Amino acid sequence: MLRQIEGSQAVAAAVAMCRPEVICAYPITPQTHIVEALGAKVKKGELNAEFLNVESEFAAMSVAIGASAAGARAYTATASQGLLYMSEAVYNAAGLGLPIVMTVANRAIGAPINIWNDHSDAMSQRDAGWIQLYAETSQEALDLHIQAFKIAEELANPVMVCMDGFLLTHASERADIPAQDQVDRFLPPYVPRQMLDPADPVSIGAMVGPEAFTEVRYLAQARMQQALEVIPSAAAGFSMAFGRSSGGLVRPYLTGDAEIIVVALGSVLGTVKDTVDELRAEGMRIGVLGITTFRPFPVLAVREALGTDSRLRRIVVLERALAPGTDGIVTADIRMALAASDGRPPRAPDALVSTVVAGLGGRAITRKSLRAMLADTVSGRLGPLTFLDLDTSLVSRELDRMRAARRSGPSAENMLRDLGITASRVS
Amino acid sequence: MFQVRIHGRGGQGAVTTAELLAVAAFTEDKYAQAFPSFGSERMGAPVMSFCRIDDKPIRTREPVTEPDVLIIQDPTLLHQADLFAGLTGDGYLLINSAHTFAKLGLGEVAARHHRGRLLVVPATQLALTHLGRPLPGTALLGGFAALTGVISLDSVTRAIGERFTGNVAEGNVAAARAAFDFVQDERKALSDA
Repeated sequence: MLRQIEGSQAVAAAVAMCRPEVICAYPITPQTHIVEALGAKVKKGELNAEFLNVESEFAAMSVAIGASAAGARAYTATASQGLLYMSEAVYNAAGLGLPIVMTVANRAIGAPINIWNDHSDAMSQRDAGWIQLYAETSQEALDLHIQAFKIAEELANPVMVCMDGFLLTHASERADIPAQDQVDRFLPPYVPRQMLDPADPVSIGAMVGPEAFTEVRYLAQARMQQALEVIPSAAAGFSMAFGRSSGGLVRPYLTGDAEIIVVALGSVLGTVKDTVDELRAEGMRIGVLGITTFRPFPVLAVREALGTDSRLRRIVVLERALAPGTDGIVTADIRMALAASDGRPPRAPDALVSTVVAGLGGRAITRKSLRAMLADTVSGRLGPLTFLDLDTSLVSRELDRMRAARRSGPSAENMLRDLGITASRVS
Repeated sequence: MFQVRIHGRGGQGAVTTAELLAVAAFTEDKYAQAFPSFGSERMGAPVMSFCRIDDKPIRTREPVTEPDVLIIQDPTLLHQADLFAGLTGDGYLLINSAHTFAKLGLGEVAARHHRGRLLVVPATQLALTHLGRPLPGTALLGGFAALTGVISLDSVTRAIGERFTGNVAEGNVAAARAAFDFVQDERKALSDA
């Protein structure tokens, strides 16, 4: 049924229809609306699940691990510092092969403290062994959750569904909410591969020494390789069952004859596509590659999408996170995909790869700024690493202060004061 | 695409107003997108919300910088810098106040704009009368429907009915209707003048 609905409510509706048996929740902006809505459904009796208010995010993931190990379909959601706080348990969930599904309502990580959107939180857990899917719209966020349970349970591997905090969680847009029986047909009841059962006792989580640790880890890699087949197959099955396309590995848009391809993840893809349409109308040969599956990184799919035309000259990777000291998190993977890692000749060998860090801590990514950046790309002025819309004078003033005095004070507060925004100052 | 920016203060319902507008557009089979300006929510702090309405899916997610309609929920915001940013001479401006443009000190702004597209609605008074609470959002949506014709009053009342029940729904519908009538009368007076 079509509804005009807030992204968080759409996701809560989808998760509820997946019939999770245990939901553990600890509130953190901008994820809170999702678990609030699920809590209300449990309280009203619309959803038969154990809803646990836990004391921290570490407990949320630990409870999800326990529930999943006991054979229950388990779900939780978090963001930002909450994801970091549960990080140890995030690794354990993947290491144990437990098919937990978690929403990450993407938000920046401090310091400085910031409640707004970027991808720093999920990117910090990219090597935890979880599958990471990024939603472009509320509809896709809804759809990806239904696919996530299927993928997780088929592989016995946890899945993180990443949706941009505020931009998707708090936006009201049109979404097609499926019927319960449609979801039931797509997602059969959970049959655990391993289960704590008093009638048939086993240990889960034993210490493994050098004799088998590598082999257990090898299986984690093998599961990720298998995921590269399971994820497109879940997307195809979803398309058949629900009549719309969402999920999968990558989403090329007008890449066929492109001389410039912008690579991006998440909700910014909409704004990028609008910009690309405008530039196409002006004669620029430009396309977009959306990365839906970031972990496992779909090397071959990315190579195919980026390398179909020898006219490709520039690849611009839009990164909503910063890994200080590198030239970009997604960029590194794009370079890996372009290199001849599978023995075949490199794709688009002459294409220059540039990183554009954009939308950090909630800064809006606008068509105007994207157009200016892409004009620089065409004219060859775009450097290897660019911070979109960087206020260089604000940075310069702080650098001047740091040069002028050893005790220049806290940079964040100094810069807020420059902008006329009150920062705490004693006396 | 039709773009709306709403300026209000935390607690006045600027986000709910944008969401109701999106639902009203949805009931007319239009595509709509509503979202807040995502600040830390504090009572009384200046807040913004946005709504886009179109006949096709809306992909962009940037804030509305060139609004077709600017709705000012709280007249104490009127002299804030950049409040009118991006509003062209053809844009619509709807202000919640019981005073005239001249008395609000907006004579200059009024002179720059298409006169028939600028209106002041006493939305807080209408809300107090019909709802008993100083929440001007639904009255402003009634005014919006009369001023722009982009959505109908019926769609506004349907959106209110989906969101609220009982007395709250009735009060909001009555406030929206009263504001709709008020704006229609004002427009008629302007065109007669």
